[in-house]
Amino acid sequence: MAMILPGFIVTLMLGGILSWIAAKQNLLYARWISLLTLLTNFIAAIIIWIQNINSSSSSSWLLDFSVPWIPRFGISFHLALDGLSLLMLLLTFFLGTLAVLISWKEIQSRVGLYHFCLLWVLAGITGVFLTMDLFLLYFFWEVMLIPMFFLIIIWGHENRRYAAYKFFIFTQASGLLMLLSILGLYFVHGNQTGIYSFDYFQLLGTEFAPHIARWLMLGFLAAFIVKLPVVPFHTWLPDAHSEAPTAGSLILAGLLLKTGAYGLLRFIVPLFKDAAMDIAPWAMAIGVFGILYGALLAFSQTDLKRLVAYTSVSHMGFIMLGVFSFNELAAQGVVMQMITHGISTGALFIIAGFIYERIHTRDIRQMGGIWKKMPFLGATALVFAMASLGLPGLGNFVAEILTLVGAWQATHKFTILATLGLVAATIYSLRILQKVFYGTPSNSLELTDLSLREKMIMSVLVISILWLGLFPQPVLNTSKESVKAMLKSVSNTEATAIPLIIPGEVFSSSEKGGNHE
Amino acid sequence: MNDLLWLIPGLPFAGAVILILTGTRLPRKFVPWIGAGSVGLSALITLFVGFDFLTASPTVQSFQQVLWNWVDVAGFSAGIAFHLDALSLVFIFVITFVGFLIHLYSSEFMIDDEGYARFFTYLNLFVGSMLILVLADNLLLLYFGWEGVGLCSYLLIGFWYLDEKNGYAARKAFIITRVGDTAMAIGLFMIFKTFNTINIAGIQEQAPQMWAIGSSEATLIALLLLGGAVGKSAQLPLQSWLPDAMAGPSPVSALIHAATMVTAGVYLIARTHVIFELAPTALFIVGVVGSLTLLIAGFSALTQYDLKRVLAYSTISQIGYMFLALGVGAWSSAIFHFMIHAFFKALLFLAAGAVIMALHHEHDMFKMGGLKKKLPVIYWTFLIGAASLAALPLVTAGFYSKDQILWLSWAGEKGNGWFFFAALAGAFITAIYTFRMVFLTFFGEAKSHVSRVPGSMITIPLIVLAILSTVGGFIELPHSFGHVQLITDFLNPVLPLTSIRPGIESTEWVIQLAAAALSVGGVFLAYFLYVLRPSLPGQIKNSIPQLHNFLLSGWRFDSLYNWIFVNPFVWLAAINKNDLLDWPYNGLVKVAYFFHRILSFTQSGILRWYLIGIVAGAILILTLGIWL
Repeated sequence: MAMILPGFIVTLMLGGILSWIAAKQNLLYARWISLLTLLTNFIAAIIIWIQNINSSSSSSWLLDFSVPWIPRFGISFHLALDGLSLLMLLLTFFLGTLAVLISWKEIQSRVGLYHFCLLWVLAGITGVFLTMDLFLLYFFWEVMLIPMFFLIIIWGHENRRYAAYKFFIFTQASGLLMLLSILGLYFVHGNQTGIYSFDYFQLLGTEFAPHIARWLMLGFLAAFIVKLPVVPFHTWLPDAHSEAPTAGSLILAGLLLKTGAYGLLRFIVPLFKDAAMDIAPWAMAIGVFGILYGALLAFSQTDLKRLVAYTSVSHMGFIMLGVFSFNELAAQGVVMQMITHGISTGALFIIAGFIYERIHTRDIRQMGGIWKKMPFLGATALVFAMASLGLPGLGNFVAEILTLVGAWQATHKFTILATLGLVAATIYSLRILQKVFYGTPSNSLELTDLSLREKMIMSVLVISILWLGLFPQPVLNTSKESVKAMLKSVSNTEATAIPLIIPGEVFSSSEKGGNHE
Repeated sequence: MNDLLWLIPGLPFAGAVILILTGTRLPRKFVPWIGAGSVGLSALITLFVGFDFLTASPTVQSFQQVLWNWVDVAGFSAGIAFHLDALSLVFIFVITFVGFLIHLYSSEFMIDDEGYARFFTYLNLFVGSMLILVLADNLLLLYFGWEGVGLCSYLLIGFWYLDEKNGYAARKAFIITRVGDTAMAIGLFMIFKTFNTINIAGIQEQAPQMWAIGSSEATLIALLLLGGAVGKSAQLPLQSWLPDAMAGPSPVSALIHAATMVTAGVYLIARTHVIFELAPTALFIVGVVGSLTLLIAGFSALTQYDLKRVLAYSTISQIGYMFLALGVGAWSSAIFHFMIHAFFKALLFLAAGAVIMALHHEHDMFKMGGLKKKLPVIYWTFLIGAASLAALPLVTAGFYSKDQILWLSWAGEKGNGWFFFAALAGAFITAIYTFRMVFLTFFGEAKSHVSRVPGSMITIPLIVLAILSTVGGFIELPHSFGHVQLITDFLNPVLPLTSIRPGIESTEWVIQLAAAALSVGGVFLAYFLYVLRPSLPGQIKNSIPQLHNFLLSGWRFDSLYNWIFVNPFVWLAAINKNDLLDWPYNGLVKVAYFFHRILSFTQSGILRWYLIGIVAGAILILTLGIWL
């Protein structure tokens, strides 16, 4: 059974190569191969989910696969699956399938290479979500970066070169810092125990001198918060999102950003619990600042994709707030946020893509009145605008409310500010609807409503976000044990002595954070 | 019948889903069958369930039904679960019945509109959300309905989306109410932290043990809940969205003002009355908000030209009365007035809509007139509604409900002279602006041509509502005559009785007489000003133009908020459009590029320069070698 874990990655990589080759025969082959590859993985992941949904096993780990890779250096090909990574895989394959479907008509040049890149990005992402070896983590971190770079620079819009390089340099520079930290961790642990290993489970519970812990953690943090992204390291994102092809934006927003969030939960919290708690007020401060700053910028944008990109910045602030609240409620909120944001923002990018295909602009000043001509698209846009402002009944609400209720246990001031973010989200979300869909149709361009394929994509997305909003409990149950396990490592040691909720302490140090911003 | 409870909110939602799925393919004539039909069925089930509830043994104080577990994380648990007690029964009764009448009316009113099915979809979602709100057994589900109502009001106010102005009004409504919702959300966080539950019954049980009267935490939570309530119920300081909400079609206004939306705040405070009773300061503030709002809105209503705007301000003012009642702890009086107000306000809006439709979308009352003969049914029903709003003594339902509030704001234990005089002054103003509206619209010369006479789907709801606006009052008669207390007794298990200051009962008839005199006096003043001396109001207006404009614009709250919030936000957004935080990175690029230029300059391809470079380098190294 555990063979399925490398199977996921290998299938994607092989599927990518096959698509590339097959495209020489017929472009449709490439599309179908990619689609089937992803569907296979998606179905396999669903089967695992159904099998484990009622498992009452005490361990949070469901599957584990490990073979030595470079034993000399303690590097192994170690993959493992728990509830959290399972959810992330489901999201990856779900959005991956949609990414192939939305590229069906949009991508007409170098189709084979395109699908190769697409599947390899997804393979890298899958790897990141599964790897339990830090060396392997760095490897997959790179695997998802390079094909993404090509996706932007080859199939992107006008300013794609600038955007692609910016994306590459930001991610690469921060990734190198993570590599340094991985090596540092490796040696610290090796010196202490004599066992030189990159294995996650080995490294868990390593004791550090506080200042070393802080520096090592900051290296990891750098990679994750650039990816997430957190203000002020977010500026690659609007460019990359707005210049990438639709599927690229979908994968960037839906999945690549989530690797940052996943990293925070999986690596920062369990490995560097004390150091992470020390910086918690600062981390929450920049998270909350990001929520408000992103919302303000989203409000001012005139490029539809750029606007949606800034809403991502705003929403990712909730992840920082939730992770650094260090309690189950907030962490479960973060997990929900990762999934629902992937779907809702992905959907908004797809909507922007559909409009772009028809009127060849992303400038919302040239839009307006689209509802009249494309009521189906208008109605779905309404759903996802509401999702992004956190309307109950849609998945994002569950994520945000859990995060906020959890964050309230840790800090009052930041939670209040983050809650104000809901008002800001209302302002920019309604602006999208008004400028794009309402008003009188300004141009005489022929706008045809969605085709059957497009309607199916949007319907699936709408159903998912509604399902997550009304029946979130299966998802929450799946991640419950993982989240508890990750937080337990926090409370195991001194955390019981340093209670999670020390309003006084959080406040006093947060004051500095507040002023800083 | 207990098991049918979920169908009450479920049916309107089901209707909406059917309308969404069938979309424009459904023939027009079937649309109202699904839209109005589902709400009608829901009203019937309300009757069954209500009958069941009334005949159940007196020990049963509530019906419960859990559909599924919505969210359950680390003790934060909320189900999709309903709780029916006397308070929610009154609300669902009003929502489904008045909602159904409005649906019926809409089936004719909106028949020519392109978005017929879309309209009914939104309408159904609106009714469904409101039903969820009042039936929720926990605060998270209540918040679900609360936000759903906000969304539907946005969609319906901006229903005619081709016009930018409507979109603006719709966004204004949503954003302003969302400000209030934020306060309420924070209240919810605090409640969960304090009680470790968000179940309403659980909170009510624990609160008195947890807090002493006047506890600062209770006060803070109560004030946060009040923040949510003033947003939805359009009370000071978040009232400014409601007059603009007139941009929507008339049935929408009727729904927002009567059966749904604005009464949500009243419900919230009544529902969480246990917390408010532990926080006397907060409760007092509720009363202050109510009495200020009822006066401010009343004055503004005196100056409006637009028929629907008068009604909008009158709603703000009447909800002010309800808040005042809540503030003095006259819980059941607030609910009584809510019910009566729902009848007559729905009636007035629907009748006003019929007038506006008949006059080809003319809103200005000064361009109407003389409609008494041309639209007799509308005239008589509107008159009945107006009489009820103005609380004309004895024959109208509004008299009984308002009289109770007036009396308790004076005689109640938490009442005082200020509250009472505000309410009394408000009653006088109400009578004036209400009959100003009647006289301008229906009396005098005809100034506009009647283009369309309303049909039976429009007149039937009006007649039904007119009857309710009259007889509805008789279920609760004052002590001084009759002394019937159906509503108060019925609500007693949920809402406590109001205690009266000792030795004050004997003054009740004085107060009734004063109220009656003022309301009749107001009608006569309006008759004098707008029928006998129609030139006088214009002269008054011209003599105080600034005051007139001040009141006309709703006390300039819009300008104030633009100045404080909107403009700075827009300004900040505009100057930061290109993201100042990108500058350091661009600076880094520029620096790198600068050095790149300098260094590439040295690679000139001219041999002489390279030679010089080599020689200079060699000399430098040699020198260093010798020196070191």
